[in-house]
Amino acid sequence: MRSYDMNEMTITSAQYVSVGLVENASIRATIDGQELFVPLDPANRHYAEIMRQVEAGTLTIQEAE
Amino acid sequence: MSKARQLADLGNVYDDGALSNRNMVVNGGMTVSQRGNSTGVTGAGYYGPDRYRFTVGSAGVGTYTISQDTDAPSGFGYSYKIDCTTADASPDATDAVFIATRFEGQDLQRLKKGTADAASVTLSFWVKSNLTGTYQANLFDLDNTRIIGSTYTISVAGTWEYKTITFAGDTSGAFSNDNGLSLQVEWALDGGTSYTSGAVPTSWEATSNADRAAGLTVNLADSTSNYWQITGVQLEVGDTATPFEHRSYGDELARCQRYFRQLKKEDANDYPFIRYHQSVNSYLGNVKLFPPMRAAPTGSLTLVQSSNAIHKPSVRWDTVSSATFGTSPYHVDLEIAPSTNDGLNSIALYMYGYKIFADAEL
Repeated sequence: MRSYDMNEMTITSAQYVSVGLVENASIRATIDGQELFVPLDPANRHYAEIMRQVEAGTLTIQEAE
Repeated sequence: MSKARQLADLGNVYDDGALSNRNMVVNGGMTVSQRGNSTGVTGAGYYGPDRYRFTVGSAGVGTYTISQDTDAPSGFGYSYKIDCTTADASPDATDAVFIATRFEGQDLQRLKKGTADAASVTLSFWVKSNLTGTYQANLFDLDNTRIIGSTYTISVAGTWEYKTITFAGDTSGAFSNDNGLSLQVEWALDGGTSYTSGAVPTSWEATSNADRAAGLTVNLADSTSNYWQITGVQLEVGDTATPFEHRSYGDELARCQRYFRQLKKEDANDYPFIRYHQSVNSYLGNVKLFPPMRAAPTGSLTLVQSSNAIHKPSVRWDTVSSATFGTSPYHVDLEIAPSTNDGLNSIALYMYGYKIFADAEL
């Protein structure tokens, strides 16, 4: 169980973004007040926490513009 | 220590399988600090020397400066220092402060955890604080939510003391053999009753938060006079604490960069790396990550100078309108849109005064 102490991030926004020709290359997220670009990699701790909050129904990832 | 004792210890280390690369801890000597020092720290995250995580309970307690300090015991150049700058002597029940360093499961297979042959491990470190009393350190298995801990005592205020703790092997709960988070070594420094009301887990057990700081008799946050420093951290197989395994700065930096990298500094004359991309007013740069990072890193951009951050030669100086990252363990892509769309599609773009951070910490 790797989510034991992961509930330490405050995520206030999340949106897919494209980079170059790659659509939905990452998620632009505001985490603990900082703008971060989070890759779609389950081994990335920010992505794991985003998906945990999405599954919990407390966060929605907006579509890319 | 007698020569006979030293030879006996050496024999034990040989039996445990490691004369070199004994120390599983990265940056145990606190020599690498890519992020630099941080003030006003209240929430969980990585600050100061690489690989050490400021970890909180449901919330932290107090405010801190976390730094790489040159005060260290003989033979060491640096220590990790956490200094209380705003006190809170009355933590809420779920408040807590821990310092932790984390490990990938694939680097822990030598412990043979979850088998009948599970190995004991020994944690050693130098510690110093103005606060004398009893503290607690734990091994926290996050794969199986199991924990073992021990108390240690700081006897003399303001004096470096060497501590060793041997933890028994755990025949239950194997570590995953992958690049994910499996174990953290944590030092409890403050806690409310949700973390202190249990008992020190002196043998492996299912994790209970109430046990994680049960041995604490001090609270780091209760005075702005309080500080706690640590260095020479070593975790090794067996029941013997051997002398700290010093590594070169370059070796330690490379190990740290598996988890975090600062790709550019804010120097005024950084070389450009942004080049023209397929659409007007869109420029794509690429930085290779070698050796690759643990996982695809989270990217972030900090502009040290907001004006004149971009230079289009013979056209204009400009500012950044937007920046987006795409990453893998092997590279970082950064797409930049300048504030001014010149309608030009065949020029290079230079950036000045910025930092790019790639974060693949556990």
